[in-house]
Amino acid sequence: MLKTRADKIFWAVLAAVFLGGLALTELVANEYYYTAIYAILQATIMAVAWNILGGFTGYVNFGSAAFFAIGAYTAVALDKWLGLPLPFLIAASAAVCGLMGLGVGYLTLRLKGVYFAIATLAMAIVLETFVTNWEYVGAARGVYILTPEKVPFFRSYIQLLFVVMLALTLGSIAISRALNSSRIGRGLAAIRDDEVAAECAGVPTLRLKLISTTVMGAMMGVAGAPYPFFVTFVDPLSAFNLFVAVNAIAMPMIGGTAHWIGPVIGALVIGGAQEAITVTISSELNVLVVGLMLVLFITLAPQGIVGLVQKWMKRRKR
Amino acid sequence: MSAPILKVSGVSKRFGGFTALDGIDLELGANERLGLIGPNGSGKTTLINCISGALINDTGSIVFEGEDITRLPPHQRAARGVARSFQIPKPFRSMTVLENLRVPLEYAARGRTGRGKINSDAMEVLELIGLNNRANESSAGLTQVDMRKLELARALAAKPKLLVSDEAMAGLSSAEVDEILEILLALNARGVAVIMIEHIMRAVMGFAQRLVVLDAGRKIADGTPEDIIRNPDVERAYLGE
Repeated sequence: MLKTRADKIFWAVLAAVFLGGLALTELVANEYYYTAIYAILQATIMAVAWNILGGFTGYVNFGSAAFFAIGAYTAVALDKWLGLPLPFLIAASAAVCGLMGLGVGYLTLRLKGVYFAIATLAMAIVLETFVTNWEYVGAARGVYILTPEKVPFFRSYIQLLFVVMLALTLGSIAISRALNSSRIGRGLAAIRDDEVAAECAGVPTLRLKLISTTVMGAMMGVAGAPYPFFVTFVDPLSAFNLFVAVNAIAMPMIGGTAHWIGPVIGALVIGGAQEAITVTISSELNVLVVGLMLVLFITLAPQGIVGLVQKWMKRRKR
Repeated sequence: MSAPILKVSGVSKRFGGFTALDGIDLELGANERLGLIGPNGSGKTTLINCISGALINDTGSIVFEGEDITRLPPHQRAARGVARSFQIPKPFRSMTVLENLRVPLEYAARGRTGRGKINSDAMEVLELIGLNNRANESSAGLTQVDMRKLELARALAAKPKLLVSDEAMAGLSSAEVDEILEILLALNARGVAVIMIEHIMRAVMGFAQRLVVLDAGRKIADGTPEDIIRNPDVERAYLGE
């Protein structure tokens, strides 16, 4: 795990961020900050998850919101049915959405490019219709979740969720980084660059693509599982929000898709800007900002922020 | 001829109403150099697509080293030692030249590569091909001839027993053709059987020990290069009546 200097720095930064998060709960009581940071963390997990299939493997997926929503509703259903504690709900959501990723991957990965993207969008609509008619979890009316008044170690349930989400985010980033530099990661990159050539170089492309969709799905589910407890009310419209799906695409695109750090940077920049704009200007305008930034980056810097930095470093070396 | 490494029997392939291959039989000895020629559209690329697994033939069988590989996907054929290069180079553009070779070394040749030897094996292939001074350059920025060399290098990094080279020299200058020929001969000297598809007659004639001629999906001739150029069927296929 700690083989190279880069590994040591990476894990030290993760530990420092986590300890910083814990310290924050001791120092700051104002719930707004946790709400804002929670939203950014959730977006980060989704961006990292999207990037495993969209960035590393090169398959653009418009169905992120469906995985997120199924993660959320899995947690709602199991909470209502068995009253399981949060860690079990998160694990269950990861499993359900991972399997869903595997199934969807098996059905759709024969499609390429824009056809695959449309298939994932269709899948999201099918699942939304299903949940809208699922009476047990409130159907179209939505469902209220009761959260405990008091929790051990933390001042409020929101603080607890914030720390849980921080740990999940750091975990996702670590998985994505490990995947990016592994043998599987190189196989995925080969698929993205040229699938036929990858297959002829011995890469089992179907199996690797299924690994990619499964990991992506599981991570999206993990991002969705704590969401009902955070907002305390979920309905199909808010869980299957197109804006959530657009964010999951925009953030890696703006950050840079080829490197594991791209979606993290994108999520921090876009998520941070959205929160700032929501507070200072208006909550409607932040949608516009994402749109504008996406257009700017796709036309001017298709490699994202990471690409810009790499180019700049190369120029400095010369 | 020693025991055949590859045995193609009765292979046919149709695309809708068009018969691209019609009952092709072909045997290749271990370490043999075979030239596959024929006019455009005669089915050469379809045949090697069937051999490498990019296409599955409708009828007939393909046996490699005594094992029927007819239904295997390309990556499993690559793992058994069937490698191919593409007519239009298909480099992994986001990777450096060296990283391009890591992929086949880590996948196709996994069982034949020692632990921790991936980089040294990749450099060895690059030296043989003459790309070692480009190892850390981006593969997207290579010149045309270097792209062709990378295509061959990546096929070699799969440590094949059979290499299928699909028009590796089209569009290259005469000196560059000689360079690629030298590489293929060096490779064959190491015990790799080679099937070469080529339109440059000077290259095929100089390289191949045996020629197979396809025309309209059928094998019309099979023999030494000297016999083939005197064969009236071949003349008719190329020049018409």
